[in-house]
Amino acid sequence: MKEAAVTKERLLGLAETLYDQFQEGIVPHLSLPSRTKRNIEYDQDGEVWVYGDQESIRSVKTVRGAKSVLKTTYLVELLINEHLKNNRGSTLREIYYISENWDVAKFGEQAESDRLVEDLEILTSLLREDFHVRPEEDGATVFGPLTISEKTRRGEKTIHCQEDVGEAGYQIPFNVDNVEFKDHDAKFVVAIETGGMHARLIENGFDQEHQAILVHLKGQPARSTRRMIKRLNEELSLPVVIFTDGDPWSYRIYASIAYGAIKSAHLSDYLVTPAAQFLGVQPTDIVNYDLSTDKLTDQDLQALRSELSDPRFATDYWKEQIQLQLKLSKKAEQQAFAGKGLDFVTRVYLPERLSEMGMI
Amino acid sequence: MEIAEELAKHQKAISVAEFFEKNRQILGFDSAPRALITTVKEAVDNSLDACEESDILPDIFVQIMRRGEGFRVVVEDNGPGIVGSEVPRVFAKLLYGSRFHTLKQSRGQQGIGISAGVLYSQLTTGRPTAVTTRIGPTHGAGRWELMINTATNEPEILKTEETDWDRPHGTRVELEMEGSYVRSRRQSIYGYLKNVAIVNPHARITLVEPDGNVEVFERATDKLPRPSYEIKPHPWGMELGGLIKMLRYTDKKKLRVFLQGTFSSVGAIISSEICERAQLDPEMAPQDLTHAEATRLLAAFKQMRLKSPPTDCLSPIGEDLIRAGLEKEYRVDFVSTATRPVAVYSGNPFQVEVGLAYGGELKADGKVDVLRFANRVPLLYQQGGCAMTHAIENVSWKTYSLSQPGGGVPTGPVALIVHIASTNIPFTSESKDAVADVPEIVAEVELGLKEVGRKLRRYLSKKSALSERKEKEEIIRKLLPRISKKLAELLAREEPDINPVVAKIMGNLLVKRSIVSENGEAFVTLQVANYGDSACAFKLHETVSVEARSTEPPARVIPLGDGYDHLWKVSLRPGEGQSISYTVPSEGVSFSEPVVEGVASELVSGAKVVG
Repeated sequence: MKEAAVTKERLLGLAETLYDQFQEGIVPHLSLPSRTKRNIEYDQDGEVWVYGDQESIRSVKTVRGAKSVLKTTYLVELLINEHLKNNRGSTLREIYYISENWDVAKFGEQAESDRLVEDLEILTSLLREDFHVRPEEDGATVFGPLTISEKTRRGEKTIHCQEDVGEAGYQIPFNVDNVEFKDHDAKFVVAIETGGMHARLIENGFDQEHQAILVHLKGQPARSTRRMIKRLNEELSLPVVIFTDGDPWSYRIYASIAYGAIKSAHLSDYLVTPAAQFLGVQPTDIVNYDLSTDKLTDQDLQALRSELSDPRFATDYWKEQIQLQLKLSKKAEQQAFAGKGLDFVTRVYLPERLSEMGMI
Repeated sequence: MEIAEELAKHQKAISVAEFFEKNRQILGFDSAPRALITTVKEAVDNSLDACEESDILPDIFVQIMRRGEGFRVVVEDNGPGIVGSEVPRVFAKLLYGSRFHTLKQSRGQQGIGISAGVLYSQLTTGRPTAVTTRIGPTHGAGRWELMINTATNEPEILKTEETDWDRPHGTRVELEMEGSYVRSRRQSIYGYLKNVAIVNPHARITLVEPDGNVEVFERATDKLPRPSYEIKPHPWGMELGGLIKMLRYTDKKKLRVFLQGTFSSVGAIISSEICERAQLDPEMAPQDLTHAEATRLLAAFKQMRLKSPPTDCLSPIGEDLIRAGLEKEYRVDFVSTATRPVAVYSGNPFQVEVGLAYGGELKADGKVDVLRFANRVPLLYQQGGCAMTHAIENVSWKTYSLSQPGGGVPTGPVALIVHIASTNIPFTSESKDAVADVPEIVAEVELGLKEVGRKLRRYLSKKSALSERKEKEEIIRKLLPRISKKLAELLAREEPDINPVVAKIMGNLLVKRSIVSENGEAFVTLQVANYGDSACAFKLHETVSVEARSTEPPARVIPLGDGYDHLWKVSLRPGEGQSISYTVPSEGVSFSEPVVEGVASELVSGAKVVG
């Protein structure tokens, strides 16, 4: 994390840019990389996807642009005068509510204020943690043979993520950099999309039998969850596999972990685990294991086709899998394995897939 | 027994009822809501055709009533009525009609229409269809109860009687059938009749719904559409089977005469040229042509350079009436229409008309409403498979200020009407839901769409120029001052001068004064710049308490009671700027705001405006 003084300086620098534009008679504007799938490119060094050089200009020439610039100035003021000066913080949702007092600069919805915070991250090359802005707890958890210590407001706590936690596991804090890994006895990490499958693996003792750390993603993973996975991979040199439903939305979950999310490609270096591998459910699994399926909806089909034009999925593996799924026109949930018996997933599927992938 | 003989035992004619049962979808009776709509549609089509053929302004009454599990459908018109002897066959014999063998723009073509409704009615409820008709005030009205003998496809008259009827002429048909009544969707009887009303603004249509609700689609004109008339087939539109049939059944004795008398665009010279090309004797009897000879004849047809078929046989709705029809059924801000000249595909004349309604009560989100019509009949089903829809998808609507996310049908508060009139509409199936992708038709529809699109773009750009001005005023008045105030607070500096930015955004004339003081002298610079898109000439006044020195360019100086007015005449082309400078002592001098004379005040930033 950066020091408050550095953060303040960079935020003021932004205000100064706008001020000077007024002085010089230049129509005030901010330029940001455009955050679309057309503007992400592969960074060979970091092995992650980052923004390209297409820019979108936010100029006061339009009402929308002018409002957005005004909101930016209000937000900068909040961050400097409330957060940094008093060493306080707000959640993303609180920021949305705080803006109620900003008159025309009020945010229409939380997504808008969330986006603006991300914009500030890009414009200042800082993280929202530097602004003392935190997300809502999302409840993502870790369970497995791992001992960590966490710096909390009430002192440092050391926790073993199997023995010292309930069945729900150890909850990942929003600032993962307050966590230190002390010790572990794990061979790999399995990140799991759904709570049902996560609980199934714990109930079946998969973590003990295979010395696995189980990370529950809770759908589209939060930054903290992705940061946690990256640190487990890099600092403990543990291989990571991602286990999700077999549908286009779940492939995006994998992509956000392994390649980077389009919305937060500016943080790819910090959040992305290029070594993470996709375990399943693969469209080929639907065929090989004869899983019960649902028909793809129109939205599913559209999402799959959109992935075919997504540069992150432009690999032979994904093209083959996606084309196959389009042909099958079917999708399967993780929990479809239950149709073969409650132990099938831990006795048959995971061991088979993991040995295929060279993990066990 | 031989296999063929064995097979022959199983071969038998299927009855029309069986055929109907197996082919409900191609006749438009494949679902409960659709059965009702199709029945109403066939009856209303017949009524409108009959009225137009007799120069009567149609007044059509439609009532749907619940009858136990099913419905009773009543359609009544003020048409010419039907001669008694014809009634049973018109309603209770499939494939019987007056239009099947003619080439004329009309709603019905095959003669399946209403009799399919009669058959559906008797199949689902076992009840007869009642027809009441009267051909004139001096004739009595007759009432029939009819069923179709499904084995022979012949009408069965259950009952016939004289009756009293208050209409001087007209026809009323009553059918009972299974079905289900939907109101809200576009694919409903209400939606169908509303669309009929749009393209038949000369008709008054009254609908009484099962709950008693009455909808009246009032007529918007008393003018009947121009009557369409029958034409002879054009050689280019012929197919071999049809040609062989015509050759066999003609009463002409010579091929030459047959050609000349049967086809349009074929005269004596062309007729003998065709025979020559086909290597046939012009004097031979048409009935004697072999299959091979007929094939040669058809090939000769296609090779000939021929005049197009007559094109005035069609009856377009006309731009005024499309507009009237749209405006009476929709509350909208803007309507544009286009009528294409008559064109020809495979020897069939056709004409495309397009209407576009914008704004008003039309919903802004989602795809535009597409209303398709063929010979004034609304097409409700299979929108995605229709040539008209394909033409809409082919047009790049972004050019015409509509968004078209992912290609396809554009989005926006728009209703698009496409009408095709032809002596022979090429439908994709017997249920007449969609027009086939004939390249000539798709091209004509596209041209029509582009024409209305251009008119829409002009309308929208005029509209957006106004709203742009409004939008800019909001920026200037509300947003920029707040931004500059916030920035000044954050940086603990003076508020920046926003005038140069305002001038740039508004396209205004900017006047900006800056002063540099040195050694007791104040060096004053007036920057003037024209950010507008037209040239401007004006007088610039600078009132100072003392007389300025070193004015560059020189100024006219007018002494006032308490100071001096310095006057420059300036003229600036768009984008041009000029710098004016002078010197005064740095102490004890007061300035007033610069004054511009001769430019409208809303076009100036940074100066007061007079004159």
